[in-house]
Amino acid sequence: MSDLIRLSAADLGERLAAGEVSSVEATQAHLDRITAVDGAVHAFLHVDTERALATAADVDRRRAAGEELGPLAGVPIAIKDVLVTEGMPSTAGSRILEGWIPPYDATPVRLVREAGLVPLGKTNMDEFAMGSSTEHSAYGPTHNPWDLERIPGGSGGGSAASVASFEAPLALGSDTGGSIRQPAHVTGTVGVKPTYGAVSRYGSIALASSLDQIGPVTRTVLDAALLHDVIAGHDPHDSTSIPDAWPSMADAVRRADVAGLRIGVVKELDSDGFQAGVRQRFHESLELLERNGAEIVEVSAPHFEYAIAAYYLILPAEASSNLAKFDSVRFGLRVTPDGGGTVEQVMAATREAGFGPEVKRRIILGTYALSAGYYDAYYGSAQKVRTLVQRDFDAAFANVDVLATPTAPTTAFKLGEKLDDPLAMYLNDVATIPANLAGVPGISVPAGLAPEDGLPVGIQFLAPAREDARLYNVGGALERLLLAEWGRPILDGLPDLSTHELLATEEGAV
Amino acid sequence: MSEINAEQVAHLANLARIALTEEEIEHLTAELGQIMQAVEKVSEVATPDVPPTSHPIPMHNVFRDDVVGDNVLTVDQALAGAPESDGSRFVVSAILGEEQ
Repeated sequence: MSDLIRLSAADLGERLAAGEVSSVEATQAHLDRITAVDGAVHAFLHVDTERALATAADVDRRRAAGEELGPLAGVPIAIKDVLVTEGMPSTAGSRILEGWIPPYDATPVRLVREAGLVPLGKTNMDEFAMGSSTEHSAYGPTHNPWDLERIPGGSGGGSAASVASFEAPLALGSDTGGSIRQPAHVTGTVGVKPTYGAVSRYGSIALASSLDQIGPVTRTVLDAALLHDVIAGHDPHDSTSIPDAWPSMADAVRRADVAGLRIGVVKELDSDGFQAGVRQRFHESLELLERNGAEIVEVSAPHFEYAIAAYYLILPAEASSNLAKFDSVRFGLRVTPDGGGTVEQVMAATREAGFGPEVKRRIILGTYALSAGYYDAYYGSAQKVRTLVQRDFDAAFANVDVLATPTAPTTAFKLGEKLDDPLAMYLNDVATIPANLAGVPGISVPAGLAPEDGLPVGIQFLAPAREDARLYNVGGALERLLLAEWGRPILDGLPDLSTHELLATEEGAV
Repeated sequence: MSEINAEQVAHLANLARIALTEEEIEHLTAELGQIMQAVEKVSEVATPDVPPTSHPIPMHNVFRDDVVGDNVLTVDQALAGAPESDGSRFVVSAILGEEQ
């Protein structure tokens, strides 16, 4: 394996700036890695080799001409397929958008291009970001590089698996109920959901507009911060975009120090419902932070137990209206019934053929929750729970600087294990959903491997809205302390994927 | 609250413009019943004194000047992904059926 692909984005950026390596070389190394292992991992739905190399060559030319470039210029990046990309297919993991090439870039994509990053391609995801395992992708699941028979998390399993398997140093994700943080947890990577409105949603194919947020997917906390600094900021194209100026997240990581930091442990999310090894690594991380000056306090968030119920009313309600745009007229698939039909019949046939089972399930659920006579009982009540969850956060943050929870209840489960049980699948997001309901930011940082199965475990930190820098402070500090204990990054323990690929080829699976 | 039956699911599918098969309707009727039973939990704490929240970060009306922006698609760009167009417009299927 080339050393170039093992570098963090920050280190690669420095070597590019120093002229020790070119962006074309770095990009080619990652493209080679994708060729070698993506048959087994299936993190990518589309790889744009030609344009990536052309973009890299352009960055190299600009650097040679003495142009002032940002810290990530020339560094490759993978982009979740939920973000529209000019000139690259954008499907959101759905058959209904197969082959659609958008005429414009989403704002976060435009910003990474302007910062000189090199988009490699689009990553796999649950269809329209509905899921926790990528098994709901219309194009087949992504495999967890730690164990190819297990889920990489979801919906952003492709982005997380791409950085975990060294196919890309950075990726963009989207998080509606945990789709950045839960994949980070099960793949030993870092994922951040910024404050709602910190990153523009313009050009992000909407799932639930009041919950969706774009954020970084990386191997180190500093890399997440550097990418966060590129994509955050006000965008007039998104009316929910926060107009405030943001402090540097990268500075927060570089100055990371937990002395005097008050960390609240949410007691409702530290229970028997979580796998023993997940809780063990969670508590060890907290003890490590405590030994280094943090103060650990137990807090209660009594309404978090209602968060999943509220989420599975609000999300389907918003999704059912957002997905009405797939009407077989302006983009995507059109299926005409035998013998023709009216526009309504064509629309119904198209949506029947173009949407997968989970999307249909949630559209019907959302249509039901919004119907006359049920609106107040379901959607209205869910919005009230949202208020109660926000009040729990407000009360907790009156006493502590950040909250800590395990990111998800278990390590990566087997592909297929929960596919036929939607309610069991929904429970994966029990610890991540409250942040989306309240709009507060969250980070998942690797906390080690669970002793019982050797699979990665993440710890989640949550901060008040607009205080994203606190996550980078505590996350950066914990990462440094754990690295000193382990002596090597967690992903150094990743199995050799090239062997898997060879085996798969021999068995005729690839 | 109410039980969900197959007739209701068929009606919802019609409202949502998805031509579900009989088999899908049957399957979804069972699943939706279970899911609704789980999410009805919200009614335990959603008392009249609690105000609803629709948006996580409070914001007031966001206005901009009514001028043409910098990101307007050309006709060709707008039609590029359409299943059917006549070169300057989207082509849709018949609006009315024979019985109408």
